[in-house]
Amino acid sequence: MAFNLPENPNTRRWLGLMPAILTIFFFMVIPITILGVFSFKPADPYGGVESGFSLEAWIQLFFERDLDDSLIFEPVYLQIILRSIILGLLATAASLLMGFPVAWYIVQQPTRQRDLLLFLVTIPFWTNLLIRAYAWILILGKDGMIEKPLYGLGLIDESLELMYGNLAIGVGLIYSYIPLMILPIYASLEKLDTSLIEAARDLYANRWTVIRRIVIPLCLPGIVAGCILVFVLSLGDFISPSVLGGGKRMMLSNLIQFQFSSARNWPFGGALTMLLLLMVAIGSWFYMRVSAKDGAVEH
Amino acid sequence: MFTKHYYKKTVALATAALLGSAASADGELFFYNWVDYTPPELIQKFEDETGVKVTVDTYDSNETLLAKLKSGATGYDVVVPSQNFVTIMIAEDMLEKISVKEMSNYGNVDDRWKNPSWDPTQDYTAPWQMGSTSFSINMEGYEGEGNSLGEFFEPAESMRGKVQVFRTPDEVIPLALMYLGLEQCNENPSDMKQVQELLLKQKLFVKTYNSETMVANLTSGEVSMSSHWDGYSMKNRLDSKMESLKYVHPKEGIIGWFDSMVVPKDAPNKANAEKFINFMMDAVNGAELSNFNRYASPLKASAVGEHLDPTLGSAPEINIDPSVPVHFSETCSAKSTKLYDRVWTKLLQ
Repeated sequence: MAFNLPENPNTRRWLGLMPAILTIFFFMVIPITILGVFSFKPADPYGGVESGFSLEAWIQLFFERDLDDSLIFEPVYLQIILRSIILGLLATAASLLMGFPVAWYIVQQPTRQRDLLLFLVTIPFWTNLLIRAYAWILILGKDGMIEKPLYGLGLIDESLELMYGNLAIGVGLIYSYIPLMILPIYASLEKLDTSLIEAARDLYANRWTVIRRIVIPLCLPGIVAGCILVFVLSLGDFISPSVLGGGKRMMLSNLIQFQFSSARNWPFGGALTMLLLLMVAIGSWFYMRVSAKDGAVEH
Repeated sequence: MFTKHYYKKTVALATAALLGSAASADGELFFYNWVDYTPPELIQKFEDETGVKVTVDTYDSNETLLAKLKSGATGYDVVVPSQNFVTIMIAEDMLEKISVKEMSNYGNVDDRWKNPSWDPTQDYTAPWQMGSTSFSINMEGYEGEGNSLGEFFEPAESMRGKVQVFRTPDEVIPLALMYLGLEQCNENPSDMKQVQELLLKQKLFVKTYNSETMVANLTSGEVSMSSHWDGYSMKNRLDSKMESLKYVHPKEGIIGWFDSMVVPKDAPNKANAEKFINFMMDAVNGAELSNFNRYASPLKASAVGEHLDPTLGSAPEINIDPSVPVHFSETCSAKSTKLYDRVWTKLLQ
């Protein structure tokens, strides 16, 4: 027996969207809600939560309990959060500086070559993030692919100590997320009306002025989208700091993982996760505002 | 947009993978064990003998295992926690009772490890391997003796910046307490303050806090001193042909551990789990397990004796000098866990 599709196009549209809505509901909304609820419960010392209500996890974000149970301001978690934000911003800035010229270059190429180049940009996504991080150990590590030839050529006589430090974390973050910067910028550059650039040239604008006054404003939505994607993912990145950075300094995501494993403090882990989500939500809201403004200009 | 598409695809693939693994047929066994701790030959042998298909998955610490089971990850049939985590799992009612004592190979277990203190009537556990936690030094060009925890926590000039430490407080803080001569499972904030100071001072010379690529880092020379387990260090020495790698039995003492096979509550293939546990207590298989892992066997020496690799008998790693005190980690109270957590967060802040 065949199903009769509903006549109403609105109902049909909803039906068509159902798989996506259900996926988001079950794999995103429900887990996040559970974590949110957990953050308001007392911790079970062996992991998990006990029944009841407690604000302890949220208090722990800012305060530490002294022996007599009084609260003392404790900036340790805020410091970790702040460091994650700074690292995320640096990775975003570096990705923008490198990604914009790449996107610009790709747009200048003939269509066939463009497709090939875009394809190359996406290739790293075919491999698991963790495996890519391990590959960097082989490249940056002692006697790795960078050091070995340099030893061979006699250019260095001791290790460059590239692994396990801020450099390695930076390389990991930028390498992982730069495609997410290049692609949105490329998308908006592609739509750019080149006659505007020609007009600016005719009016004696130099290259820098063209970029500053024409190109950047017109592809701002792409830039903002790229920056938010890279920032959000860097902020939550877990692998680069621990595998490439040597795990000497916690980032927000390592702190969250630590709460769910060794510290066995799930409510606090939940509270930290909520905080991370809040920061991501603010980023997305900012983007929507910028792109809404942009839409208003166009019409 | 590309990214949206990409994520959708990932979600679809992940869903497919989840559904796939949930559909377990009869004749399967899901074994969840530490990284690099399961000899593939033995799994093959078990599969050939019984026709059961074994899937091996790995974790890197007791904490990961506990968190995974706590989160309701059923689907594992046999897991291998250390003694202090066995206590937690029994107390939290997370384990199935198994009839270890009625198994045909139970007689092979060394009498010292029958009815162990963490499972006094042995209703839940069967022995897997035992060993110790300390650290190893690449002695090449090193001026020290390699006999004190001080060399690890307060490294000499030549070792600075070349130290690797486990990433789990549970493996590091007990050794620090031992070095400072303080009580284990410490609940005293001023004692823990001393631990924190020691670890912060050590951190200046630490290259990486790492529990996954420790062997690779020692082998490549990225680090010259590292947290280690006795048998794993021996395996490291033999596999990487590093005769200069010394596993230290510090005069201050060493942390002992004992890993057991247990069956989590609601394991889908309990009968196969028991079959597997009995298989692993077989003398030949138990000896092969030790030959692979290089850890001491908890089975009777008379049973495993002739099947054991002779190099194990003389290996400096697993034969501890009787003058070195061995401390078996216990389950610490919530209060001291909290203190440990605070020390560790401050360390890596």
